[in-house]
Amino acid sequence: MYRYDQYDHLIVRERIAQYRDQVARRLNDELTEEEFLPLRLQNGLYMQRHAYMLRIAVPYGLLSTAQMRMFAHIARKYDRGYGHFTTRQNIQFNWIELEQTPDILTDLASVEMHAIQTSGNCIRNITTDEFAGVAADEIMDPRPFAEILRQWSTFHPEFIALPRKFKVAINGAVEDRAAIAIHDIGLTLVKNEDGEVGFRFMAGGGMGRTPIIGSVIREFLPWQHLLTYTEAVMRVYNSYGRRDNKYKARIKILLKALGVEEFSRLVEEEWQDLKDGPETLSREEYDRVAAYFEAPAYATLDDSNPLLAHPDNKAFGNWLNRNVKPHKVPGYASVVLSLKKTGVPPGDATAEQIDFVADLADKFSFGELRVTHEQNLVLADVKQSDLFEVWTLAKSKGLATPNIGLLTDIISCPGGDFCSLANAKSIPIAAAIAERFDNLDFQHDIGDIELNISGCINACGHHHVGSIGVLGVDKDGSEWYQVSIGGAQGKDAAIGKIIGPSFSGGQMPEVIDRLLQVYVQNRFEGERFVETAQRLGIAPFKEHVYATPISKGELVGEDHA
Amino acid sequence: MLEVVHEQIIRGREVVADDWRVLRLEENETPEGVVVPEGKVIVPLSVWLAQKETLSQRAELGVWIAADERFEALKGDADRFAVIAVDFPKFSDGRGYSIAFNVRKRLGYTGELRAIGDVLRDQLFSMSRVGFNAYATRKDRSIHDALKGLTVFSETYQASVDQPLPLFRRKERDVPLEHSDVGAGI
Ligand code: HEM
Ligand code: SF4
Repeated sequence: MYRYDQYDHLIVRERIAQYRDQVARRLNDELTEEEFLPLRLQNGLYMQRHAYMLRIAVPYGLLSTAQMRMFAHIARKYDRGYGHFTTRQNIQFNWIELEQTPDILTDLASVEMHAIQTSGNCIRNITTDEFAGVAADEIMDPRPFAEILRQWSTFHPEFIALPRKFKVAINGAVEDRAAIAIHDIGLTLVKNEDGEVGFRFMAGGGMGRTPIIGSVIREFLPWQHLLTYTEAVMRVYNSYGRRDNKYKARIKILLKALGVEEFSRLVEEEWQDLKDGPETLSREEYDRVAAYFEAPAYATLDDSNPLLAHPDNKAFGNWLNRNVKPHKVPGYASVVLSLKKTGVPPGDATAEQIDFVADLADKFSFGELRVTHEQNLVLADVKQSDLFEVWTLAKSKGLATPNIGLLTDIISCPGGDFCSLANAKSIPIAAAIAERFDNLDFQHDIGDIELNISGCINACGHHHVGSIGVLGVDKDGSEWYQVSIGGAQGKDAAIGKIIGPSFSGGQMPEVIDRLLQVYVQNRFEGERFVETAQRLGIAPFKEHVYATPISKGELVGEDHA
Repeated sequence: MLEVVHEQIIRGREVVADDWRVLRLEENETPEGVVVPEGKVIVPLSVWLAQKETLSQRAELGVWIAADERFEALKGDADRFAVIAVDFPKFSDGRGYSIAFNVRKRLGYTGELRAIGDVLRDQLFSMSRVGFNAYATRKDRSIHDALKGLTVFSETYQASVDQPLPLFRRKERDVPLEHSDVGAGI
């Protein structure tokens, strides 16, 4: 993985000094809260319902075990013993004291980490495929480009006060596991007819209040022009993006207002003066960065482990089936550690689990880890012959729930329990659903499905692109939930459609159950929930869900409905 | 007419006396009708465009660009101004950074480029990078404190006006491993 050189260290060190000074000025009232707000946000510090929350950058979701252990340290020393992995491949701590944030940053810097631009109206953490570099279907490793973009966007002087947040994702595989279509910029590495590498350049995707799938603004951009072209896009957005209404300030709104053609024309015009200029990437720079992402020293192995072919242990077999992913190197596999055990908020990990996962990665996966945007963790390079042991160990810490991609692998934002913007809680809804469908045989029968929950329209839980999306809404001061179906991330990204009037929290497990019944009765052989939902449209689902009254039900925790 | 006088500004990296006045139109004034006072005045772009003929006669003139105006309006004229200023209506409004960049890069302006409006210490470093070399910082804050905002970072990754080469073209950066076929896929 990428290692800091003297310049990276210097910039992060100077940042801490700057931020420490800003905090001091805030504390002695030289800065008003209004003035401090964008400064702290650009350092990932939010004011939440109960306390400050700090979001730490995990660039493109890749971590060393030393970095992972630092999270455990932060959880213990500055928080309440746990952290929360997010859909942005980052980690958040929910109980932070403002006064301590400079010290946390100092601790983070000791393991080459920071919280720069994890929030605020600037270019955020660049996300990518959690299986980058190891996926069997990869065309090219996106991580060197993600790192090059990370450096370029860090304290970019021109783009620190954009109209709104700005998110970039890069995919280098045939499948899209980076959800590029719902990002402000979504890049796909492609090769043209002559075998040259470049990007299919999308812009204007996003969720929130107005969910929009991104548009292709350039079919093929040679890789050397990545920074100059991105700069042109950013300048057009910074110059023309709306600022009068924060809900209409994202690049997606500008792109829709201008039309793809006019938007692309403005970008191309802006680009003419930048093209081939000094920010054009050189082969040397690419090679320098790419060298950090060289494959580890794999052993020469075969794929023929009999244990894998005929697991006689059903529980292990289930886990192999769901949580173990193919690897491009024979004899290896990638393991997804589930942070979705029933009863635990999605994405939460305790300090003990964090340390434990670091130990696992040291022992079985070359000392590296990844965070997925579904809020799970990945050991990317495990020997197939070690899988049984990894499973046994992971199970002992509640990290081997065989539910990856299944109903209880729920994406959920922190919702009303933490977030001050929430209309409704999310975590208790996720918990109630997980409890209702805890039966693994049933889940395996339902198969791939994405259940995504957001506590408000900001869509931090990606509800728009869930096979089933649940959105917390406020009706006369109580918490209600609106349900959509047929959303999808990935190559066939789609925005889900709302099935009808909203439900109380306690009704949600039954609503999900009824949706699943329609699916089970109508599915074709091998058809996933989302495919059935898209084929049938919402009508039969709607009909069945609303056919008879649903009892209010019991919701774990407080239910204001 | 509303005139803003700033007695002191930061020019380069120093606090200096300043005798320019910034002309801002009041609601009942029009770019055509407003009377531009004598002396060193930084006029709104709209006033310059409306009164170009008479204003061109002046020896010393400045112009300021609002955040929602386009730098292209000064094409061909930029070099005749002693000062071009860019207005920040709110410190969180970043359009001025792109305007400054383009005034330098696309108009090739080399004179004084001044940030005016809601200009605070924590913006100065970025402003200096995109081409500003003068700052009329907010009057309710210490301008000497603001000066510290210019020296936050001693190294930067990306190119901009202050530094036309990105770090990777300026410095030999460590290459971690010896590999001959690293970029094989490219
Ligand atoms: C501290 C609590 C949080 C606050 C105050 C917050 C705030 C917001 C806001 C205001 C938006 C809407 C942006 C827009 O449409 O312009 C948003 C979107 C989003 N947030 Fe959060 N968020 C929080 C936590 C999270 C968490 C925990 C995650 C990850 C699990 C997350 C990931 C996202 C994503 C993926 C989006 C959608 C991006 C898009 O619209 O394209 N946020 N958030
Ligand atoms: S979706 Fe709404 S409730 Fe959930 S974290 Fe985002 S802002 Fe908060």
